[in-house]
Amino acid sequence: MSKERIKIAPEFFDIMPPEYQDLVTKATYGNEQRGWKDIGTSKELIEEHSLCAGCPESMAFRYILASLPNPEDTVMVGSTGCTSLVFPHVAIHNIHSLFGNQNAVASGLKRALMVRFPGRVKDVVVLAGDGATVDIGLDMTMQAWFRQEKFTTICFDNELYANTGGQESGLMQKGFVAKMAPVGKGFEKVRLPEIAREAGCHYIVNCTVSKPSLIEKVVKNAIYVARELGPTYLQLYTPCILEIGKNSMEGLQEMRDAEKPTERFAYKEYISEPAKQLLAEMAAKDKEKKAAAKQLASQGA
Amino acid sequence: MTQYRVLPGPEHFLPPSAASMGIKLPNPGEGHIHGVIVPEEQAMEEAARQFLMARVPTIFPGPLVLWAWNEKAAKKATAVRHLYETIKECVAPQQKPMLIPMPDYRPKYPKINPEVEINPNHPNLTIWHNKIDCCMFVGVHCHQANLSLKIIRGGTNCFTIAMCAQAGHEDAMLSFRDATPEKIMRLAEWVRKLKGSVKPPEVVSKKEKSAG
Ligand SMILES: Cc1ncc(C[n+]2csc(CCOP(=O)(O)OP(=O)(O)O)c2C)c(N)n1
Ligand code: SF4
Ligand SMILES: [Mg+2]
Repeated sequence: MSKERIKIAPEFFDIMPPEYQDLVTKATYGNEQRGWKDIGTSKELIEEHSLCAGCPESMAFRYILASLPNPEDTVMVGSTGCTSLVFPHVAIHNIHSLFGNQNAVASGLKRALMVRFPGRVKDVVVLAGDGATVDIGLDMTMQAWFRQEKFTTICFDNELYANTGGQESGLMQKGFVAKMAPVGKGFEKVRLPEIAREAGCHYIVNCTVSKPSLIEKVVKNAIYVARELGPTYLQLYTPCILEIGKNSMEGLQEMRDAEKPTERFAYKEYISEPAKQLLAEMAAKDKEKKAAAKQLASQGA
Repeated sequence: MTQYRVLPGPEHFLPPSAASMGIKLPNPGEGHIHGVIVPEEQAMEEAARQFLMARVPTIFPGPLVLWAWNEKAAKKATAVRHLYETIKECVAPQQKPMLIPMPDYRPKYPKINPEVEINPNHPNLTIWHNKIDCCMFVGVHCHQANLSLKIIRGGTNCFTIAMCAQAGHEDAMLSFRDATPEKIMRLAEWVRKLKGSVKPPEVVSKKEKSAG
């Protein structure tokens, strides 16, 4: 992997908008060690965002984009919702699919990429809201998992339809009253992580985006496992501060509160046996590599 | 034969696609001016004339030439830059040639800075902001160019030229086809050749300028 494919013609470098100049000179494409710590020291793959000020989805976007192991060979598939308004500002190939269809589109895309580029690792990552993943798109979401499609599904769970003003979603908590769901939710939050496990996902995490290091770890794991074994699923709490009546600065605390041990976003993971084995092998190789590098460095010193 | 002509606008909010009005694409070795098929050399001469007559003759290079993704693209980039430099050399002081990139096609709301870039989803913003009265598209994928050319014809009075690498564009006021680096260089030669023989636009007085 390298930056070779994103070179600006030298004749036009001077007229390119500065953010494109920065992308080719200071972004972390091609850097195998890229991660959340690059934020602030390199060019991020998100330019601006069109979310409400302080929306935790913006943090989630930044951490995920910083953590993708292979951004120049990654295609993201989005769906309608607050997230979809961000994609025009993202420097990664992406497809906007019809609301709910994201996992069907991603299935075809991943298969086509495997045929078209047999020798190259191409990652497909779905990123959609809870309404798209669990309600209108549940059929497509689950069918892709049943079929063992090799891509990662990320759900930004803000527990309602935010972009259309606050309707009830399957992932909403029981009893919750939203602006356009005035009688309160009548049934429990759908247990999608458990459904994902039963539907055949190999790596599943349910958590908030309060900790960038954790997001880096789970995003990388989910992508590595999807490459080799089959579907993976991340359900990330990204509270809609607008709908729950919080200020811009309060999103982080809301996530910290929701991840306490007895709360609904307490860290939870399911890893299949083959995925456990794969991750253990990768960790061992990584350790070996680091030890070799250390030894080399000490010999050189 | 159709009576419809592809003329500078503003045509109206949703201009018809020129193809739907009966405008046909040129064959190899030809171009079109306002929808009338002409020999390529005639289109060259007219394009050069339009650049030399315009207050703000502008080239909009698109992703296919801005990014050095293969050798041919790199050669085209050199030719386009050469054309721009030639126009700059050949115009009068009151003319202001511009070279404004279209780096990609993402609908950039609300980010678009019309001073430094053009976006196919709202090209009129860049044209209005810079008062561009003649422009050439080069290195823009056809479907995006068609969209953009139609928006420009709908909402501005800009004369549009398409230096198309495929079969040409009905929706431009003047179109070439099968663009190569050599063809772009030849257009630059035409600009140089016509220098001095085309009347530049009048100098705008301060009063007229402030009246907008
Ligand atoms: C097929 C279709 N049905 C309905 C809609 C209307 N719609 C747009 S956004 C949205 C809700 C999105 O909710 P969610 O997926 O949770 O994303 P959020 O905005 O909460 O991030 C809906 C129903 C649509 N755009 N397309
Ligand atoms: S409506 Fe809610 S989820 Fe959407 S951008 Fe605003 S705070 Fe974020
Ligand atoms: Mg939602």
